[in-house]
Amino acid sequence: MNSKKKKMLKRAIPLYIMVAPGFIYLLINNYIPMLGIVIAFKNLNFSKGILKSDWAGLSNFEYLFKAPDAFLITRNTILYNVAFIVVNTVVAIVIAIILSEIRSKMKVKIFQSCVLIPSLISIIIVSYLAYAFLSGRTGFINGSLAAAGKDTISFYTEPKYWPAILIFINCWKGAGYSSIIYLAAILGIDQEMYEAAEIDGATRWNKIRFITLPMLKSTVITLTLMNVGRIFYSDFGLFYQVPMNSGALINATNTIDTYVYRGLIELGDISMSSAACVYQSLVGFVLVLTANWVTKKLSSENALF
Amino acid sequence: MVGKGERRYQRMLTVIMFLISLIMVIPLILLVMASITSNNEIVMHGYSFWPKEFSLDAYKYIWNEKAQIFHAYGVTVLVTVIGTAVGTMLTLLYGYVLAQPKFPGKSFLAFYLFFTMLFNGGLVPTYIMYTRYLHLKNSIAALIIPGLLMNAFNVILARTFIQSNVPVALKEAAEIDGASEFRIFGQVALPLCKPIIATVGLFIGLSYWNDWMNGLYYVTDAKLFSIQQLLNNMIKNIEFLSKNANSNINVSSISGGIPQETVRMAIAIVGLLPILLVFPFVQKYFIKGISVGAVKG
Repeated sequence: MNSKKKKMLKRAIPLYIMVAPGFIYLLINNYIPMLGIVIAFKNLNFSKGILKSDWAGLSNFEYLFKAPDAFLITRNTILYNVAFIVVNTVVAIVIAIILSEIRSKMKVKIFQSCVLIPSLISIIIVSYLAYAFLSGRTGFINGSLAAAGKDTISFYTEPKYWPAILIFINCWKGAGYSSIIYLAAILGIDQEMYEAAEIDGATRWNKIRFITLPMLKSTVITLTLMNVGRIFYSDFGLFYQVPMNSGALINATNTIDTYVYRGLIELGDISMSSAACVYQSLVGFVLVLTANWVTKKLSSENALF
Repeated sequence: MVGKGERRYQRMLTVIMFLISLIMVIPLILLVMASITSNNEIVMHGYSFWPKEFSLDAYKYIWNEKAQIFHAYGVTVLVTVIGTAVGTMLTLLYGYVLAQPKFPGKSFLAFYLFFTMLFNGGLVPTYIMYTRYLHLKNSIAALIIPGLLMNAFNVILARTFIQSNVPVALKEAAEIDGASEFRIFGQVALPLCKPIIATVGLFIGLSYWNDWMNGLYYVTDAKLFSIQQLLNNMIKNIEFLSKNANSNINVSSISGGIPQETVRMAIAIVGLLPILLVFPFVQKYFIKGISVGAVKG
């Protein structure tokens, strides 16, 4: 080692010390569990330990994919995510455009607080809110239906309502948050473009249609591709807590994350849930890479790496 | 100069936005009203926005049973304070190091962080490691350590901020004065980092306050229940009822005189209130964090 390199290393030592706590945390919290993927290929026996347990080859995966659950949870996870992406993007852009058009700073701030509130609420409390509306006996909706002389609906046993309910709740909880991102993008648009358009006689709608929306395109693409990269993951709380883990709703609410949790904690079926877990990690990984590759093709400065 | 058309347009936008905002907050209004309705009315007529019979029984009940609820509150506060303090520190240190000009190992450290955003082992190995090997089950550490302490998103946020707000010249000047790296971090960089400390602290703090998953996975001991987990356990009781929706169990008859329906809602409010009270004061950091983070994640 030459002296220059030595000197550089010596100067970097304080930096290594500073980064060490975070480094160790990621090692424990993220990297060691990555190695744990090997569990999916074993017949796990805790008395033997993970490394000494017998190899199971791909049999855990065979079980997983032979069961009808594998198709169902994959379908649900992907379809819900697609719906979430579309609905949230549209609503968030609408909110952002309206906020950008409102002149009064005071009003913008108040409205912004209102739309952000849902994103601050834990999913547990969201499930309380949903219950207050949906409960079969005491819910607000059924109370109103009964008062109007109509039949009440037993939401927690009727799967057909849940796609709409979950899409609504997810949008309610997330749209305000995303609208902040779009609003920031709109505020970054060069004002001169609007002024020039005004001189050319553009109406308000023209300006939105031909300046704002096209200028948001790259933000939409970036955020969408980021979400597409996460399409194999679902918000466990939304799908587990909000439907109150109701067995009657399982076909409409079971996703990969709830399946893994139920397998691990409720059924104690580690081999099956670890296979589902690896399935999620690997496909998820491929999807992130693909999404990033596409982003890079479309607009390289927005790619993650 | 504001034209008549413009005024009408502004009024229309305000009305639309008011309606959207109403949808956002209306569930919370129902929650508040439910908590001050008499329990009997809820059992008989369900939740409503304007109850016929007001009652503070739920809050009286909480006050009488304050030991358990305040204990859960204490757990939440303790976990949030420790988690936020330690997490923000780890995040800033990592971000600061990545913001430094070239040094050996920098690109490795960046990749090491970044890769955690792309790939993870998932719940099963994480759960087995924390419970079987690190024996975190039923400890306060189980509420603090898994998952929440530091994440790549916040570190990148901190790095980006430090890169553009802590001038290299300032650091070099301090170096010439003989300051060590630690002193530069503490006395030069940190004072300039107040806005990002607020933003990152806010993100981490909110995730601790709202966390219930660590409780669900790792805690069964009631002494360690956070406010979210307490709420979660109470809703499990509803779950039982809703699963037996056809059997005619009367809610009030099994609750033994406790105004169950309203108490639940009142505790939800108790868990939510601090966030709603603090939010107006920190909103600007929250918004800044979201918009900056998204542009250059």
